[in-house]
Amino acid sequence: MPRVARATSDMPVIRAVSLVLAHVPSLVRLGSKPLRVLREIEKPIEYLQPHLRDWEAARTYAPNQVFIGNLGVDELAAWPTPWHRNPIAEAGRFGPDGEIMPEDEFFGLLAACDGFDLLALDRDLADRARRALDAHPVVGRESGRPAIRAGVTAGVLDARIAKHRALPIVGTDGRLLGAMLPGHDEDDTLTGQVLLENLACKATAALALRHLLARPGAIASADVRYVMNCGEEAVGDRYQRGGGNVAKAVAEWAGCARATGSDIKAFCCGPMHALMLAGALVRGGLHDDVVVVAGGSLAKLGMKFQGHVKHAMPIVEDVLAGFAVHVSRDDGVSPILRTDAIGRHEVASGSAPLAVVKALYSEPLGRVGLTLLDVDRFALELHNPEATEPAGSGNVPLNNYRTLASLAVVEKLIARENIDDFVRTRGMPGFSPTQGHIASAIPYLGHARRGLTEGRLTRTMFAGKGSLFLGRMTQLPDGLSLVLERNGANAGAA
Amino acid sequence: MGLEDQAAVKRVADEHGSGVVVLLGTPDAESTQTLAQTVVAGDPSYAGPLAGVPLGLPVFHVFEPEVRDQVPADVYEAQVALMEMSLDRDAILAGLREARRAATTI
Repeated sequence: MPRVARATSDMPVIRAVSLVLAHVPSLVRLGSKPLRVLREIEKPIEYLQPHLRDWEAARTYAPNQVFIGNLGVDELAAWPTPWHRNPIAEAGRFGPDGEIMPEDEFFGLLAACDGFDLLALDRDLADRARRALDAHPVVGRESGRPAIRAGVTAGVLDARIAKHRALPIVGTDGRLLGAMLPGHDEDDTLTGQVLLENLACKATAALALRHLLARPGAIASADVRYVMNCGEEAVGDRYQRGGGNVAKAVAEWAGCARATGSDIKAFCCGPMHALMLAGALVRGGLHDDVVVVAGGSLAKLGMKFQGHVKHAMPIVEDVLAGFAVHVSRDDGVSPILRTDAIGRHEVASGSAPLAVVKALYSEPLGRVGLTLLDVDRFALELHNPEATEPAGSGNVPLNNYRTLASLAVVEKLIARENIDDFVRTRGMPGFSPTQGHIASAIPYLGHARRGLTEGRLTRTMFAGKGSLFLGRMTQLPDGLSLVLERNGANAGAA
Repeated sequence: MGLEDQAAVKRVADEHGSGVVVLLGTPDAESTQTLAQTVVAGDPSYAGPLAGVPLGLPVFHVFEPEVRDQVPADVYEAQVALMEMSLDRDAILAGLREARRAATTI
């Protein structure tokens, strides 16, 4: 009797997900906010140092463990707070979705991603970084990545800083760790600061892609045909700020020799647009396998650090984030990305709260005969409240989940007194570092993929929003939502 | 309240005098109290243009019944009702009452 295989659909699937963090306390002072504020501080190293965490503290921090998939969102909700005072004793560096890379190794990764010899590391640091990174299971010496160049003396670093306008990179204790040369003498878009931000974005995206390609049963790097980058950094030069193309740089570094790619920009909504477009490329038949990647935002390190200093707590915005997602043709197993249920904030949707949430949540579900109650979990903006609340920015995820629950009340799906219950069971606590676009729903993707294949989830919804006004070209907000569904859950439907 | 917003409030108050009313859309009690205090008694942090400038402007929150009654029902439904449901309305209005009480005892 022939084996009966599950009928596959023409919908794309989320085949694999990776999520990585790099712990970089020394780079916190180069974040946009600290850089500006610390200019006014007499002894910036001494001022910041008591609030900077070591890797042990960052690794055992419960939200970071959720990010790499070692801890579930419900376990985090039950974890004692404040999270920074309640570490997870047995926390691992690696998790099912990725890893938390220590700083020394990350400096090595930065150097290995620098194809123009602009980043020079202190000799001892370069040696430490090489030793550690060469043994890395995913980006080790065997992986075929570029070697880490020998470091230089303090004298060479000093000369680069003094004579060639290199950006000094100073450790948490004030020691000089390295220097980043500008890419051009007269180009404000290629200063050492800008290029370090771009390099950090490339390196974290590349790390995430290598993790994705190293999974058992993963796609071969040569079979990746298109890479979309939705990281926040806009690389380019003075004639085309944001011209691109980080996607191709990441694909090259990760050994995807037959891939090409491009960058997708839409502020924090970028990843949702990129996933939608990846799904469309697959469903349309142009490519069978597309990878969406994003690297972290160095500029956002320490963005709320004044609140953390004020409350005598560690600066928890001390990690860069990155992710990679493999979108492919239906394999009969992986969660379906329902391209027939995409929520769109359209130009005419305006900015009234009710119209925005209807466009993003209930309208796309209604289009395919579903309601808010058919979604097991919603992933909205997932900023860690422990990063935002001390700075007076509130609990962003909680506020958004309450608004979503209020929509369920308006649509007469739940009673008003069940708002808290809706938030608890269909939402989750924020656990993402404030890494802009990445905090926008994406960190739950690994949990969702597992829950929709091995676990008990049937359907999840991901929604991102973008603050387009920040670029001063439109007052409109942006938003896009996607539904991920257990493979076969819609079998038999028209 | 940010420095730019304080400057804007001061400019409007200077230009239009006593006819100005401040309408808040703040999401919690603390921010409601702080902003109300800023436009009535001056910037409590003494950092912005309203530091030491007691404008004494009448201040309301968009969730107050007096405000709601002035707005067409369908407009209130589209623009405000969802947020009113999701935020802690009672705490916000308590914060405003507290700010008004403090202002009268200056």
